[in-house]
Amino acid sequence: MKTQREETQSDLSEIRAKASWMRRRALQMVHAKRLGHIGGDLSATDIVAVLYFGVLRYDPKTPDWPDRDRFVMSKGHATGVLYTALAAAGYYPKEWLDTYMEPGSRLNGHPNRNYLPGVEANTGPLGHGFPIALGIAIAGELSGAAYRTFVLTGDGEQQEGSNWEAAMTAGHRQLSKLTLIIDRNRLQQGARTEDTVGLDPLGDKYRAFGWEVTEVDGHDHAALLDALSAVSRGSPRCIIANTIKGKGVSFMEDKAKWHHGVPNDNEFDLAMEELTE
Amino acid sequence: MTALEKQAGMFDCRKAWASTLEALASDDERIVAVVNDSVGSSNLGGFREAFADRLVNVGIAEQNMVGVGAGLANGGKIPFVSAASCFLSGRALEQIKADVAYSEYNVKLVGQSSGVAYGELGATHHSIEDFAWLRALGTLTVVAPADPWETEMAVRWAAGHTGPVYLRLSRMKVPDLGPDASGQRDFTPGRMRLMRAGSDVTILASGTMVHVALMAADVLAAEAVSARVYSAHTLNPLDETAILEAGAETGAIVTCEEALVSGGLGGAVAELTSANRPVPVERIGFQGFQTTGSVAWLFEENGMTPDGIAEAARRAVSRKA
Repeated sequence: MKTQREETQSDLSEIRAKASWMRRRALQMVHAKRLGHIGGDLSATDIVAVLYFGVLRYDPKTPDWPDRDRFVMSKGHATGVLYTALAAAGYYPKEWLDTYMEPGSRLNGHPNRNYLPGVEANTGPLGHGFPIALGIAIAGELSGAAYRTFVLTGDGEQQEGSNWEAAMTAGHRQLSKLTLIIDRNRLQQGARTEDTVGLDPLGDKYRAFGWEVTEVDGHDHAALLDALSAVSRGSPRCIIANTIKGKGVSFMEDKAKWHHGVPNDNEFDLAMEELTE
Repeated sequence: MTALEKQAGMFDCRKAWASTLEALASDDERIVAVVNDSVGSSNLGGFREAFADRLVNVGIAEQNMVGVGAGLANGGKIPFVSAASCFLSGRALEQIKADVAYSEYNVKLVGQSSGVAYGELGATHHSIEDFAWLRALGTLTVVAPADPWETEMAVRWAAGHTGPVYLRLSRMKVPDLGPDASGQRDFTPGRMRLMRAGSDVTILASGTMVHVALMAADVLAAEAVSARVYSAHTLNPLDETAILEAGAETGAIVTCEEALVSGGLGGAVAELTSANRPVPVERIGFQGFQTTGSVAWLFEENGMTPDGIAEAARRAVSRKA
């Protein structure tokens, strides 16, 4: 029997290994296909790895298990991180990743739940995942189900008004089993969020809507594990995960051009050297 | 006396919608209603009293409303998302496309007071574009029932069917159309109901226009023109076989709908016939944004009357090769 401490340590080392593999594999996919959104993949990798390998209850052999915890990837363009996570979690063979965005592939440029097991919603247009997650949480509340619902949005995505419709309803209904995670890398596709349409003070906005707000280092696995595992006191939870776009590759970090930039062969080799397992 | 004149026998189909939903909900706890503060306009006061928890009011927030519907379906519920069709279909169109139709979630969208039911409120509140917008979303079944019985059947069918559905309802009073031309009552989405047999021209009507089309057939019968009339309640999937057969057998078609003819039933029938078996098609409905006015006045202005439809039928017949 492992102690709690040992359990956490083993979780953290597994998460570290999975996150490292996901980053390398996503980069390979984007380099091979010469398409994708690597900057946002890398900023969200640690969040998604902690969810799948430390927090969520699911059974990859039974993707429709009614009591599974739900994860809705609202920033649907970050397929590099979602597809690698689902493969690592065992939803489908890792070889499927080789078909990323190939003609007719199940690995569409944006996720489709009817093509791939483990995908909860067909996202891509921004501001869609949060209302869907809200509906999932309301269904759980009506059924008295134990599952929790997590949704990840980008930070630029918070400019979509539909998020605030969902925030208002969730706050009003005090949905304690709903957790919103915001990938706060402070860059949208062309510029800094605060130079485009500023979001700050983002936490205060969610507090005003009746949410419990926690800010964490979105690359600190232990901190993410704590924040994402915590149980609410009776309101929905918003985790603002402060991240770095392009995290892990020095020349991509915090640069808007890597929102959907594609590395050339030389840049790919340099990046893979930095992303050692 | 025409059906339209029998005011005592006219029905607001929202009653059939609401009572059917309540009956279904009492047998199946998965059924929930989702509204944008549209409890009254959706006639869901009784549902709220009976099933308070299962009436999810997201406030005046249509994008959220449709996304919540998709999420409820993910969580195993059968959501009926009900709102004025102008706001449901227009404001939340991308959610209907991505979250419901493309995701193929088991969501039932219910557009209330469709067409020009809010006549005087003007084009912002008219819902005449919804057929064109929503028929383009291939996985979404689009049904516009014509009377209280079709409404009840459509709601029952939608609840039992797994897949996305748009029910286009009206609050405008219509008569109970009774059995079809063969004396039967059968409602199968995707299969038009033959309401009157005829051999000179076919009138395909949708929703509130079906009883008007039947009156037009009376006008034509007085001139010895034999009109075949269908309740074309399902716009997607279209009953292609029956439409092409009717076109071939009668040689002329008139479409009637409380919607834009471009992209609506008229557009669909023109596409189908021109690509397969061309016949003259005359299309009754709206051509563009409408000004303020009563429903009766808007119908009169656009030829959506027994005489207007009869005139369109005469034109179609005169165009036969």
